[in-house]
Amino acid sequence: MLRLLSIAILIGAWYAGSLVAGERMLPGPAAVLAAIVEEARSGALALSLAATLARVALAFSLAMAVGTALGLLMGRVKLADKLGDPWLVVLLNLPALVIIILAYVWGGLTEAAAIAAVAVNKLPNTIVTIREGARALDPALDEMAHVFAMPRAKAIRHVVMPQVAPYFAAAARSGLSLVWKIVLVVELLGRPNGVGFEMGIAFQLFDVTRIIAYALVFVAVMLTIETVLVQPLERRASRWRVRTA
Amino acid sequence: MLRDIAFTLEPGEVAAFVGPSGCGKTTMLRIIAGLDRDYEGTVARQCDGAIGMVFQEPRLLPWRTVEENVRLIAPRASEGELAALFDTLELAPHRRHYPGQLSLGLARRTALARAFAVEASLLILDEPFVSLDDALAARLRGELIKLIDSRPVTTLLVTHDVEEAIGLADRLFLLSAGPARIIAELPIARRDAAATAGRVAAIKAEVARLTQTARGVSCGR
Repeated sequence: MLRLLSIAILIGAWYAGSLVAGERMLPGPAAVLAAIVEEARSGALALSLAATLARVALAFSLAMAVGTALGLLMGRVKLADKLGDPWLVVLLNLPALVIIILAYVWGGLTEAAAIAAVAVNKLPNTIVTIREGARALDPALDEMAHVFAMPRAKAIRHVVMPQVAPYFAAAARSGLSLVWKIVLVVELLGRPNGVGFEMGIAFQLFDVTRIIAYALVFVAVMLTIETVLVQPLERRASRWRVRTA
Repeated sequence: MLRDIAFTLEPGEVAAFVGPSGCGKTTMLRIIAGLDRDYEGTVARQCDGAIGMVFQEPRLLPWRTVEENVRLIAPRASEGELAALFDTLELAPHRRHYPGQLSLGLARRTALARAFAVEASLLILDEPFVSLDDALAARLRGELIKLIDSRPVTTLLVTHDVEEAIGLADRLFLLSAGPARIIAELPIARRDAAATAGRVAAIKAEVARLTQTARGVSCGR
């Protein structure tokens, strides 16, 4: 109830702001809604969303897969950690924009370069988070698995991964929001389609209505993914946890 | 921690190691189980044998049910074998529970079931009934005896409770205070002679006498 009230106030403030700033600077909710409907009817909205979401999915999967593998390695093997840490620090502090521009310069304005740029941007955060999870593994359970001669793959699946799961979830959550923001930048700078590309065109035409229209639709889609996909997965993975009353 | 420990166990024999807290009993078990490599000497085990171990804490996987915990360690156990095991240990109603929902007694039983399901050639029990109330510990000891009798396996039990050792073992090894060495070896022959109160008292007295003597020796008197 409180949430709906808060959202209603937000929309109200938006409307008031549009009256004060003028339609050109800040279009009101009605104008934006009309723009959304128009884009949806013409099919442009669906195409842009599809392109952007595909890039998000690809870059996210790539970064999570490589990041988890490297994070586990660095968390468990001291040598890997010592060797990899300086590289990690450099990557962490390299601005996203630098990575994107270099990717386009070295890889050309290609899809591969775009996806790679986004993945590399997310990679260091994932590694750091998963590495912490690997460092926090319970040695008692490791010993139990060792004494019972549990095969390595089984031990990773049943002993290690469930312990890393909360860290994995944290990396996925923060990673998802990071990835789609960078995908938009990547599309703006060097791709011929997608939500970021549309934003770029709208910017050049000073079409604020379209900018806000695409932004709102995109946020709505990401929220839906969060509610329909991420939260149920998280609930299922936490079934075994004992809740303190 | 340990000094000059040497012993040999017959197949199917239950050996209990009794000693004061902190003398190194757990360290000895860890060395035998292959968890501790910082020692001089040799440990010779039946080569192809699996080890079944019950640690002081249950060490169950909290994110798997009781049944899954046992099945993960013993994938080749048949449904019938597991059902019989769960029945003996009174775990049948808890098969689908998670360790977070179990009491300590139930968790210990699950750890016992896990160690037995493996059909090991060596069973290692590290103070498996410590911190349980007397009634429950006695019940679990009875269940353990049933399991050992139904499938004899070389067993190494560590405990600080002399009576528990007498109730379970074929042979009792006395360990001194740290650095631990074997003070004495007593044949108990649990299966041959009934554990009457008199017999238990006699063995306890013998244990006390041997411990005193050892203490006297080490103090240089």
